[in-house]
Amino acid sequence: MNLTVEALTVRYGDRTILRDLSLQPLHAGHVTSLVGPNGAGKSTLLRAVAGLLPATGQVRLGDGVLSGLSVAERARHVAYMPQTLPQDVALTVLETVIAALEASPSPAGAQRAEQRALAALERVGAQDLALKRLDRLSGGQRQIAGLAQAIVREPRVLLLDEPTSALDLRHQLEVFRLAQAYARDNAAIVVIVLHDLQAAARVSDHVVVLAQGRVRAEGAPQATITPLTLADVWQVRARVEPCQQGQIQVMVDDVL
Amino acid sequence: MRRNPIMEIPLPATDTLDVLNQHHRQRMRRRGLLAILAVACLAALALDAATGPSGMSPWRIVTGLFRPDLLTPGEAAIVWQIRLPYALTAVLVGAALALSGAEMQTVLNNPLASPFTLGVSAAAAFGASLAIVLGLGLPFLPQDAVVALNAFIFAFGSVLLLQAMARARRGGVQSIVLFGIALVFAFNALTALVQFIASQEALQQLVFWTMGSLSRSSWRSVAAMALVLAAAGPFSWAAARALTALRLGEDRAASAGVDVGRLRFLSLLRASLLSAAAVAFVGVVGFIGLVGPHIARLLVGEDHRLYLPASVLSGALLMSLASALSKSLVPGALLPVGVVTAVIGVPAFLILIFRSGARG
Repeated sequence: MNLTVEALTVRYGDRTILRDLSLQPLHAGHVTSLVGPNGAGKSTLLRAVAGLLPATGQVRLGDGVLSGLSVAERARHVAYMPQTLPQDVALTVLETVIAALEASPSPAGAQRAEQRALAALERVGAQDLALKRLDRLSGGQRQIAGLAQAIVREPRVLLLDEPTSALDLRHQLEVFRLAQAYARDNAAIVVIVLHDLQAAARVSDHVVVLAQGRVRAEGAPQATITPLTLADVWQVRARVEPCQQGQIQVMVDDVL
Repeated sequence: MRRNPIMEIPLPATDTLDVLNQHHRQRMRRRGLLAILAVACLAALALDAATGPSGMSPWRIVTGLFRPDLLTPGEAAIVWQIRLPYALTAVLVGAALALSGAEMQTVLNNPLASPFTLGVSAAAAFGASLAIVLGLGLPFLPQDAVVALNAFIFAFGSVLLLQAMARARRGGVQSIVLFGIALVFAFNALTALVQFIASQEALQQLVFWTMGSLSRSSWRSVAAMALVLAAAGPFSWAAARALTALRLGEDRAASAGVDVGRLRFLSLLRASLLSAAAVAFVGVVGFIGLVGPHIARLLVGEDHRLYLPASVLSGALLMSLASALSKSLVPGALLPVGVVTAVIGVPAFLILIFRSGARG
């Protein structure tokens, strides 16, 4: 099962954010990182794939065309976790996950919904937050609760927009491992928007570099996160070297 | 020791069954609160019906409700033509305003949204003023009904304007609320202008609208309000899950399968029907639609399957108590109920602003 994006164009008024954008097929079981400078169109691409923006072009999952589906139908296949965190919500974490599951009609009963929601919380390691009010949590905890809301429907395409922006080091790692485990165990396609290139190299099987609404590089981390791309796209002078353990290290020396 | 599936580290022992049990206990507690609210509503209704300047003892009135044959014809008229329709109108108007406010607050994602703060009430008052001062008339309809109808048309029109804003929505949901506040000022100014040119006699009637009063209640208003609630309520209930999901944010709700644009349009449509009907019968009654949902939120949280019924009951309870209070604050005088709700509502409103300011 592949996700393919072909000739995607997104306009806001008279501004074109994405122009005729196509991607290499994204494979099931793989984690893809979407990187690029601010304003490159990363979030727009993710939201367009999620069907939250009017776009021309085609998004296909396997043989099915996603771009033609209704909001409710698409929700069965795709989950999107936005960057923003909900504020002032008088719901417990468990209630928010149940709400995400029951937002559109699904065959599961109430009992089943509660258990699925708890299982999702357990999967992100947030079971002990289940009965806490969402608006009493820290930003990082809300982000983790958001992740549970996104995976509770067990989507085949999981789109995460900067899922680690509010997280400390350890929780960042946990989320990356969760993304990898989710892709592997659910044979799912996981796409993550990231700013941290080193993290992108570490977590993903595939990297898409976006700038000004166009794809500037795509492929394996070693092939895409290079001094050349960093200079070309981010305008920085940087070294990219493997460490003793073979992990890619990105060292930025100066602006260009 | 259980292990975190992601990191091989020990987790604090939280038993799944234990969490589920606590979750269920919390839901039971909240359903209990709903039941208490419902009983309180019935008690307030009885209190409201028993309060008034007729000289009949409250006990005699309550007896008369169950055994009308024991009353003199004069007493029967007081109980059945005045007290009961007043008290029922108060309950239904309170319920409608609070349900309307609850839906508005959710779909506009703003805790200060309500029919009053978004200008729906002000628009209705202006519509009524116009009908009164211009002496608008329609064949086969009493003047009262024409005034109510015109109030409704203007209230509905103001919501259509809000809707149009919601659709264009360049500046996001916040701009709708600001636009609503602009509507409040605009319609208040227009109403003042109408008052300025109104005759002495028309002015008296206008006061009824701008202060809000139950004194025109009748079985007709009871029937109409019940009808509107019965028409809108089931659709609100059906949308409850989607509305709860919307509290997680627009994108999250949409990604979970909620057609947010459609939900917002239909929800505002219901809210406008409910508030416009309420204002058409009792004039401008502020703060019930604002404070009712907040009380509900404090009591049962924001799962809308509990929150919407709790809002309905809180609004009904508040309005019923305000009505009883309006009859007993000044002995022998019937204060406009809108004045009473404002006196209670303004401090509550300020507390809400300070609370949200402290958190924001």
